[in-house]
Amino acid sequence: MSGEWPLWEIFIRGQHGLNHRHVGSLHAPDAEMAIRNARDVYTRRNEGVSIWVVRSNDITASSPSEKGPLYDPSNSKVYRHPTFYDIPDEIGHM
Amino acid sequence: MYAQMVTSEGSKARKDMTPDETAFQDRIDRNEKIEPKEWMPDGYRKTLIRQIGQHAHSEIVGQLPEGNWITRAPTLERKAILLAKVQDEAGHGLYLYCAAETLGVSRDELLEALHSGKMKYSSIFNYPTLTWADMGAVGWLVDGAAIMNQVPLQRTSYGPYARAMVRICKEESFHQRQGYDIMMRMCAGTPEQKAMAQDALNRFWYPALMMFGPSDKDSVHSAQSMAWKIKMNTNDELRQKFVDQTVPQAEYLGLTVPDPDLAWNEDKGGHDFSEPDWSEFFAVIAGNGPCNAERLGARVKAWEDGAWFRDGLMAHAAKAGERARAARHAAE
Repeated sequence: MSGEWPLWEIFIRGQHGLNHRHVGSLHAPDAEMAIRNARDVYTRRNEGVSIWVVRSNDITASSPSEKGPLYDPSNSKVYRHPTFYDIPDEIGHM
Repeated sequence: MYAQMVTSEGSKARKDMTPDETAFQDRIDRNEKIEPKEWMPDGYRKTLIRQIGQHAHSEIVGQLPEGNWITRAPTLERKAILLAKVQDEAGHGLYLYCAAETLGVSRDELLEALHSGKMKYSSIFNYPTLTWADMGAVGWLVDGAAIMNQVPLQRTSYGPYARAMVRICKEESFHQRQGYDIMMRMCAGTPEQKAMAQDALNRFWYPALMMFGPSDKDSVHSAQSMAWKIKMNTNDELRQKFVDQTVPQAEYLGLTVPDPDLAWNEDKGGHDFSEPDWSEFFAVIAGNGPCNAERLGARVKAWEDGAWFRDGLMAHAAKAGERARAARHAAE
Protein backbone atom coordinates (compact mmCIF):
# COMPACT_ATOMS: atom_id res chain seq x y z
CA MET A 1 0.00 0.00 0.00
CA SER A 2 1.28 3.43 -0.90
CA GLY A 3 0.66 6.54 1.15
CA GLU A 4 -2.47 7.64 2.90
CA TRP A 5 -4.43 10.48 1.31
CA PRO A 6 -3.35 13.77 2.92
CA LEU A 7 -5.52 15.59 5.44
CA TRP A 8 -7.37 18.80 4.53
CA GLU A 9 -9.03 21.35 6.80
CA ILE A 10 -12.48 22.41 5.63
CA PHE A 11 -13.99 25.89 5.93
CA ILE A 12 -17.60 26.63 5.03
CA ARG A 13 -19.39 29.95 4.59
CA GLY A 14 -23.03 29.79 5.63
CA GLN A 15 -25.96 31.42 3.88
CA HIS A 16 -26.04 34.69 5.75
CA GLY A 17 -22.86 36.47 4.74
CA LEU A 18 -20.75 35.26 7.64
CA ASN A 19 -17.07 34.36 7.41
CA HIS A 20 -15.90 30.96 6.31
CA ARG A 21 -15.76 28.87 9.46
CA HIS A 22 -13.71 25.79 10.23
CA VAL A 23 -16.05 22.78 10.31
CA GLY A 24 -13.68 19.82 10.38
CA SER A 25 -11.24 17.91 8.26
CA LEU A 26 -11.09 15.03 5.80
CA HIS A 27 -8.69 13.04 3.66
CA ALA A 28 -8.50 13.54 -0.10
CA PRO A 29 -5.87 13.01 -2.80
CA ASP A 30 -6.03 16.59 -4.10
CA ALA A 31 -7.81 19.92 -3.66
CA GLU A 32 -10.53 19.17 -6.19
CA MET A 33 -11.46 15.90 -4.49
CA ALA A 34 -11.24 17.59 -1.08
CA ILE A 35 -13.92 20.07 -2.20
CA ARG A 36 -16.11 17.28 -3.57
CA ASN A 37 -15.76 15.26 -0.39
CA ALA A 38 -16.37 18.33 1.77
CA ARG A 39 -19.55 18.98 -0.16
CA ASP A 40 -20.73 15.43 0.60
CA VAL A 41 -19.64 15.36 4.23
CA TYR A 42 -20.22 18.89 5.48
CA THR A 43 -23.05 20.42 3.41
CA ARG A 44 -25.70 17.71 3.43
CA ARG A 45 -28.24 20.03 5.06
CA ASN A 46 -27.76 23.46 3.50
CA GLU A 47 -24.94 24.34 5.86
CA GLY A 48 -23.12 26.45 3.34
CA VAL A 49 -22.74 28.18 0.00
CA SER A 50 -18.96 28.24 -0.29
CA ILE A 51 -16.15 25.84 0.62
CA TRP A 52 -12.45 26.45 1.23
CA VAL A 53 -10.02 23.57 1.59
CA VAL A 54 -6.48 23.89 2.95
CA ARG A 55 -3.85 21.18 3.37
CA SER A 56 -3.52 20.63 7.13
CA ASN A 57 0.26 20.61 6.74
CA ASP A 58 0.14 24.15 5.37
CA ILE A 59 -1.40 25.60 8.52
CA THR A 60 0.89 27.23 11.05
CA ALA A 61 -0.64 27.40 14.50
CA SER A 62 0.31 29.37 17.60
CA SER A 63 1.75 27.18 20.31
CA PRO A 64 -0.39 26.31 23.35
CA SER A 65 2.60 27.02 25.62
CA GLU A 66 2.58 30.66 24.45
CA LYS A 67 -0.96 31.23 25.65
CA GLY A 68 0.19 33.42 28.54
CA PRO A 69 2.57 35.80 26.72
CA LEU A 70 0.25 36.07 23.70
CA TYR A 71 -3.13 36.64 25.26
CA ASP A 72 -2.68 37.74 28.86
CA PRO A 73 -1.51 41.31 28.04
CA SER A 74 -4.95 42.22 26.66
CA ASN A 75 -6.61 41.33 29.99
CA SER A 76 -5.42 44.57 31.61
CA LYS A 77 -6.39 46.81 28.69
CA VAL A 78 -9.98 47.38 29.67
CA TYR A 79 -9.97 50.80 27.96
CA ARG A 80 -10.20 48.93 24.65
CA HIS A 81 -13.84 48.17 25.39
CA PRO A 82 -16.64 50.73 24.95
CA THR A 83 -18.02 49.91 28.41
CA PHE A 84 -14.88 51.44 29.97
CA TYR A 85 -16.23 54.94 29.27
CA ASP A 86 -19.04 56.55 31.26
CA ILE A 87 -21.19 58.62 28.97
CA PRO A 88 -23.94 60.76 30.66
CA ASP A 89 -27.51 59.54 30.12
CA GLU A 90 -28.58 62.87 28.56
CA ILE A 91 -26.22 62.24 25.65
CA GLY A 92 -28.42 59.32 24.60
CA HIS A 93 -27.27 56.33 22.68
CA MET A 94 -23.62 56.34 21.64
CA MET B 1 -23.55 3.57 23.04
CA TYR B 2 -21.04 2.84 20.35
CA ALA B 3 -18.03 2.38 22.62
CA GLN B 4 -18.29 -0.57 24.97
CA MET B 5 -15.91 -1.66 27.69
CA VAL B 6 -13.13 0.73 26.78
CA THR B 7 -10.25 0.05 29.16
CA SER B 8 -8.65 3.21 30.46
CA GLU B 9 -4.96 3.54 31.14
CA GLY B 10 -3.00 5.21 33.88
CA SER B 11 -5.61 5.33 36.60
CA LYS B 12 -4.08 7.39 39.41
CA ALA B 13 -5.09 8.89 42.74
CA ARG B 14 -4.56 12.63 43.03
CA LYS B 15 -1.85 12.27 45.65
CA ASP B 16 0.24 10.13 43.27
CA MET B 17 0.05 12.58 40.37
CA THR B 18 3.00 14.52 38.96
CA PRO B 19 2.62 18.34 38.91
CA ASP B 20 1.73 18.18 35.20
CA GLU B 21 -0.94 15.56 35.86
CA THR B 22 -2.38 17.56 38.74
CA ALA B 23 -2.56 20.71 36.60
CA PHE B 24 -4.24 18.69 33.87
CA GLN B 25 -6.84 17.22 36.23
CA ASP B 26 -7.50 20.73 37.58
CA ARG B 27 -8.25 21.96 34.06
CA ILE B 28 -10.69 19.09 33.55
CA ASP B 29 -12.35 19.79 36.88
CA ARG B 30 -12.82 23.43 35.81
CA ASN B 31 -14.54 22.10 32.65
CA GLU B 32 -11.84 23.48 30.39
CA LYS B 33 -11.58 21.82 27.00
CA ILE B 34 -8.35 20.01 26.20
CA GLU B 35 -7.11 20.77 22.69
CA PRO B 36 -4.91 18.62 20.41
CA LYS B 37 -1.47 20.16 20.85
CA GLU B 38 -1.76 20.70 24.60
CA TRP B 39 -0.04 18.51 27.17
CA MET B 40 -2.05 15.50 28.26
CA PRO B 41 -1.19 12.33 30.18
CA ASP B 42 -0.33 9.43 27.94
CA GLY B 43 -3.14 7.36 29.44
CA TYR B 44 -5.70 10.04 28.55
CA ARG B 45 -4.46 10.09 24.96
CA LYS B 46 -4.44 6.31 24.60
CA THR B 47 -7.83 5.81 26.22
CA LEU B 48 -9.36 8.48 23.99
CA ILE B 49 -7.89 6.95 20.83
CA ARG B 50 -9.38 3.63 21.86
CA GLN B 51 -12.79 5.12 22.66
CA ILE B 52 -13.12 7.51 19.70
CA GLY B 53 -11.70 4.86 17.37
CA GLN B 54 -14.20 2.27 18.53
CA HIS B 55 -16.96 4.83 18.14
CA ALA B 56 -15.82 5.66 14.58
CA HIS B 57 -15.57 1.98 13.63
CA SER B 58 -19.12 1.46 14.90
CA GLU B 59 -20.45 4.23 12.68
CA ILE B 60 -18.75 2.72 9.64
CA VAL B 61 -19.63 -0.92 10.30
CA GLY B 62 -23.10 0.29 11.31
CA GLN B 63 -23.76 1.16 7.68
CA LEU B 64 -23.74 -2.50 6.71
CA PRO B 65 -26.91 -3.84 8.41
CA GLU B 66 -28.92 -0.96 6.93
CA GLY B 67 -27.15 -1.00 3.59
CA ASN B 68 -28.68 -4.45 3.26
CA TRP B 69 -32.11 -2.84 2.79
CA ILE B 70 -31.35 0.10 0.51
CA THR B 71 -32.09 -1.94 -2.61
CA ARG B 72 -35.15 -3.54 -1.00
CA ALA B 73 -36.86 -0.51 0.54
CA PRO B 74 -40.63 -0.67 -0.03
CA THR B 75 -40.93 2.73 -1.75
CA LEU B 76 -38.68 5.20 -3.51
CA GLU B 77 -39.17 7.68 -0.66
CA ARG B 78 -38.13 5.11 1.97
CA LYS B 79 -35.12 4.26 -0.16
CA ALA B 80 -34.05 7.90 -0.41
CA ILE B 81 -34.47 8.33 3.36
CA LEU B 82 -32.50 5.19 4.19
CA LEU B 83 -29.77 6.20 1.76
CA ALA B 84 -29.52 9.60 3.48
CA LYS B 85 -29.28 7.94 6.88
CA VAL B 86 -26.55 5.52 5.82
CA GLN B 87 -24.69 8.44 4.22
CA ASP B 88 -24.92 10.27 7.57
CA GLU B 89 -23.33 7.28 9.32
CA ALA B 90 -20.39 7.50 6.92
CA GLY B 91 -20.08 11.18 7.80
CA HIS B 92 -20.22 10.42 11.53
CA GLY B 93 -17.44 7.89 11.11
CA LEU B 94 -15.36 10.51 9.30
CA TYR B 95 -15.88 13.20 11.96
CA LEU B 96 -14.80 10.73 14.62
CA TYR B 97 -11.79 9.37 12.74
CA CYS B 98 -10.63 12.97 12.28
CA ALA B 99 -11.06 13.62 16.02
CA ALA B 100 -8.98 10.51 16.80
CA GLU B 101 -6.33 11.58 14.30
CA THR B 102 -5.74 14.81 16.23
CA LEU B 103 -4.33 12.56 18.98
CA GLY B 104 -1.51 11.35 16.78
CA VAL B 105 -2.86 8.15 15.26
CA SER B 106 -3.28 7.90 11.48
CA ARG B 107 -6.43 6.90 9.60
CA ASP B 108 -4.65 3.91 8.09
CA GLU B 109 -3.51 2.73 11.52
CA LEU B 110 -7.08 2.91 12.81
CA LEU B 111 -8.47 1.01 9.83
CA GLU B 112 -5.72 -1.57 10.09
CA ALA B 113 -6.60 -2.11 13.78
CA LEU B 114 -10.27 -2.58 12.85
CA HIS B 115 -9.53 -4.97 10.03
CA SER B 116 -7.14 -7.09 12.08
CA GLY B 117 -9.68 -7.32 14.91
CA LYS B 118 -7.39 -5.45 17.31
CA MET B 119 -10.01 -2.71 17.75
CA LYS B 120 -13.70 -3.44 18.23
CA TYR B 121 -16.97 -1.90 17.08
CA SER B 122 -20.32 -2.01 18.85
CA SER B 123 -21.76 -5.49 19.44
CA ILE B 124 -25.13 -4.37 18.04
CA PHE B 125 -23.96 -4.44 14.43
CA ASN B 126 -23.26 -8.16 14.57
CA TYR B 127 -26.98 -8.92 14.47
CA PRO B 128 -28.72 -9.53 11.13
CA THR B 129 -31.44 -7.27 9.69
CA LEU B 130 -33.96 -9.83 8.50
CA THR B 131 -37.04 -7.79 7.55
CA TRP B 132 -37.94 -4.22 6.63
CA ALA B 133 -39.29 -3.75 10.16
CA ASP B 134 -35.70 -4.12 11.35
CA MET B 135 -34.94 -0.78 9.69
CA GLY B 136 -37.57 0.71 11.96
CA ALA B 137 -36.27 -1.08 15.05
CA VAL B 138 -32.66 -0.12 14.33
CA GLY B 139 -33.48 3.57 13.92
CA TRP B 140 -35.78 3.65 16.93
CA LEU B 141 -33.80 1.48 19.37
CA VAL B 142 -30.19 1.45 18.18
CA ASP B 143 -30.00 5.12 17.27
CA GLY B 144 -32.10 5.88 20.34
CA ALA B 145 -29.56 4.12 22.56
CA ALA B 146 -26.71 5.87 20.77
CA ILE B 147 -28.30 9.28 21.36
CA MET B 148 -28.56 8.51 25.10
CA ASN B 149 -24.80 8.20 25.19
CA GLN B 150 -23.88 10.86 22.68
CA VAL B 151 -25.86 13.79 24.06
CA PRO B 152 -23.82 13.94 27.31
CA LEU B 153 -20.61 13.38 25.32
CA GLN B 154 -21.12 16.80 23.74
CA ARG B 155 -19.68 18.06 27.05
CA THR B 156 -16.71 15.70 27.04
CA SER B 157 -13.32 17.18 27.98
CA TYR B 158 -11.55 16.66 24.64
CA GLY B 159 -12.42 19.54 22.30
CA PRO B 160 -12.36 17.77 18.92
CA TYR B 161 -14.42 14.87 20.30
CA ALA B 162 -16.99 17.21 21.85
CA ARG B 163 -17.30 19.17 18.59
CA ALA B 164 -17.74 15.98 16.57
CA MET B 165 -20.48 14.95 19.01
CA VAL B 166 -22.32 18.24 18.54
CA ARG B 167 -22.49 17.68 14.79
CA ILE B 168 -23.47 14.05 15.21
CA CYS B 169 -26.25 14.74 17.71
CA LYS B 170 -27.81 17.27 15.34
CA GLU B 171 -28.16 14.52 12.77
CA GLU B 172 -29.02 11.56 15.00
CA SER B 173 -32.47 12.74 15.90
CA PHE B 174 -33.48 12.41 12.23
CA HIS B 175 -32.28 8.81 12.43
CA GLN B 176 -34.33 7.90 15.44
CA ARG B 177 -37.45 9.63 14.19
CA GLN B 178 -37.29 7.96 10.77
CA GLY B 179 -37.02 4.60 12.56
CA TYR B 180 -40.01 5.31 14.74
CA ASP B 181 -41.92 6.52 11.69
CA ILE B 182 -41.33 3.13 10.02
CA MET B 183 -42.54 1.38 13.19
CA MET B 184 -45.69 3.53 13.35
CA ARG B 185 -46.50 2.75 9.73
CA MET B 186 -45.95 -0.99 10.22
CA CYS B 187 -48.03 -1.03 13.39
CA ALA B 188 -50.91 0.76 11.66
CA GLY B 189 -50.76 -1.73 8.79
CA THR B 190 -52.01 -5.29 8.33
CA PRO B 191 -51.77 -7.82 11.18
CA GLU B 192 -48.82 -9.38 9.35
CA GLN B 193 -47.02 -6.04 9.21
CA LYS B 194 -47.63 -5.40 12.87
CA ALA B 195 -46.34 -8.89 13.65
CA MET B 196 -43.16 -8.04 11.75
CA ALA B 197 -42.74 -4.91 13.90
CA GLN B 198 -43.24 -6.97 17.07
CA ASP B 199 -40.74 -9.55 15.84
CA ALA B 200 -38.16 -6.82 15.18
CA LEU B 201 -38.65 -5.42 18.69
CA ASN B 202 -38.31 -8.93 20.13
CA ARG B 203 -35.00 -9.47 18.39
CA PHE B 204 -33.49 -6.00 18.99
CA TRP B 205 -34.61 -5.25 22.56
CA TYR B 206 -31.88 -7.10 24.46
CA PRO B 207 -29.09 -6.38 21.96
CA ALA B 208 -30.06 -2.68 22.33
CA LEU B 209 -29.78 -2.93 26.13
CA MET B 210 -26.35 -4.55 25.66
CA MET B 211 -25.16 -1.50 23.74
CA PHE B 212 -24.57 0.30 27.05
CA GLY B 213 -22.18 -2.45 28.17
CA PRO B 214 -22.25 -4.48 31.39
CA SER B 215 -22.70 -2.74 34.71
CA ASP B 216 -19.61 -0.66 35.44
CA LYS B 217 -20.45 0.75 38.81
CA ASP B 218 -17.41 -1.03 40.31
CA SER B 219 -15.08 -0.63 37.34
CA VAL B 220 -11.80 1.28 37.82
CA HIS B 221 -11.67 1.93 34.07
CA SER B 222 -15.00 3.70 34.17
CA ALA B 223 -14.02 5.68 37.26
CA GLN B 224 -10.87 6.94 35.53
CA SER B 225 -12.74 7.77 32.31
CA MET B 226 -15.33 9.66 34.32
CA ALA B 227 -12.63 11.59 36.20
CA TRP B 228 -11.23 12.59 32.81
CA LYS B 229 -14.74 13.44 31.59
CA ILE B 230 -14.51 11.23 28.56
CA LYS B 231 -17.35 9.18 29.96
CA MET B 232 -20.18 11.17 31.51
CA ASN B 233 -22.57 8.57 32.95
CA THR B 234 -22.38 5.00 34.17
CA ASN B 235 -23.65 2.27 31.87
CA ASP B 236 -26.50 1.48 34.27
CA GLU B 237 -27.67 5.10 34.40
CA LEU B 238 -27.87 5.30 30.64
CA ARG B 239 -29.56 1.91 30.30
CA GLN B 240 -32.19 2.90 32.86
CA LYS B 241 -32.83 6.16 31.04
CA PHE B 242 -33.16 4.32 27.75
CA VAL B 243 -35.68 1.82 29.14
CA ASP B 244 -37.74 4.57 30.77
CA GLN B 245 -37.84 6.52 27.55
CA THR B 246 -38.55 3.57 25.28
CA VAL B 247 -41.29 1.69 27.16
CA PRO B 248 -43.98 4.35 26.60
CA GLN B 249 -42.96 4.59 22.95
CA ALA B 250 -43.53 0.84 22.59
CA GLU B 251 -46.90 1.18 24.31
CA TYR B 252 -47.92 3.88 21.86
CA LEU B 253 -47.12 1.50 19.02
CA GLY B 254 -49.20 -1.23 20.68
CA LEU B 255 -46.12 -3.45 20.90
CA THR B 256 -45.00 -5.55 23.85
CA VAL B 257 -41.50 -5.25 25.22
CA PRO B 258 -40.22 -8.85 25.40
CA ASP B 259 -39.60 -8.81 29.14
CA PRO B 260 -42.19 -10.41 31.47
CA ASP B 261 -40.52 -8.77 34.48
CA LEU B 262 -40.75 -5.26 33.12
CA ALA B 263 -42.68 -3.12 35.64
CA TRP B 264 -42.87 0.46 36.78
CA ASN B 265 -41.21 0.94 40.15
CA GLU B 266 -42.78 3.92 41.89
CA ASP B 267 -40.04 4.10 44.54
CA LYS B 268 -37.15 4.56 42.17
CA GLY B 269 -39.24 6.47 39.64
CA GLY B 270 -38.17 4.13 36.87
CA HIS B 271 -38.81 0.72 35.39
CA ASP B 272 -37.52 -2.56 36.76
CA PHE B 273 -36.37 -4.72 33.87
CA SER B 274 -34.47 -7.90 33.10
CA GLU B 275 -30.77 -7.80 32.33
CA PRO B 276 -29.75 -9.05 28.89
CA ASP B 277 -27.87 -12.34 28.66
CA TRP B 278 -24.33 -11.12 29.25
CA SER B 279 -22.77 -14.39 28.13
CA GLU B 280 -24.25 -13.67 24.69
CA PHE B 281 -22.75 -10.18 24.82
CA PHE B 282 -19.27 -11.48 25.62
CA ALA B 283 -19.56 -14.07 22.85
CA VAL B 284 -20.50 -11.37 20.31
CA ILE B 285 -17.65 -9.10 21.48
CA ALA B 286 -15.24 -12.02 21.17
CA GLY B 287 -16.22 -12.41 17.52
CA ASN B 288 -18.86 -15.12 17.79
CA GLY B 289 -22.03 -13.17 17.07
CA PRO B 290 -24.35 -14.08 14.20
CA CYS B 291 -22.72 -11.68 11.69
CA ASN B 292 -19.21 -10.85 12.95
CA ALA B 293 -17.40 -12.62 10.11
CA GLU B 294 -19.74 -11.19 7.48
CA ARG B 295 -19.41 -7.58 8.74
CA LEU B 296 -15.65 -7.57 9.07
CA GLY B 297 -15.32 -9.48 5.80
CA ALA B 298 -17.35 -6.82 3.99
CA ARG B 299 -15.20 -4.06 5.51
CA VAL B 300 -11.91 -5.68 4.57
CA LYS B 301 -13.15 -6.50 1.06
CA ALA B 302 -14.28 -2.91 0.46
CA TRP B 303 -10.91 -1.61 1.67
CA GLU B 304 -8.89 -4.02 -0.45
CA ASP B 305 -11.06 -3.68 -3.56
CA GLY B 306 -10.74 0.11 -3.33
CA ALA B 307 -6.94 0.12 -3.00
CA TRP B 308 -6.25 0.51 -6.75
CA PHE B 309 -8.67 3.45 -6.87
CA ARG B 310 -7.15 5.25 -3.86
CA ASP B 311 -3.67 4.69 -5.26
CA GLY B 312 -4.76 5.81 -8.73
CA LEU B 313 -6.11 9.09 -7.41
CA MET B 314 -2.89 9.70 -5.46
CA ALA B 315 -0.82 9.01 -8.58
CA HIS B 316 -3.01 11.40 -10.57
CA ALA B 317 -2.67 14.09 -7.90
CA ALA B 318 1.13 13.66 -7.85
CA LYS B 319 1.36 13.95 -11.65
CA ALA B 320 -0.94 16.96 -11.82
CA GLY B 321 1.15 18.60 -9.09
CA GLU B 322 4.34 17.96 -11.10
CA ARG B 323 2.80 19.42 -14.26
CA ALA B 324 1.63 22.52 -12.41
CA ARG B 325 5.11 23.06 -10.95
CA ALA B 326 6.75 22.56 -14.36
CA ALA B 327 4.34 25.05 -15.94
CA ARG B 328 5.14 27.64 -13.26
CA HIS B 329 8.86 27.13 -13.86
CA ALA B 330 8.46 27.58 -17.61
CA ALA B 331 6.50 30.79 -17.08
CA GLU B 332 9.16 32.29 -14.81
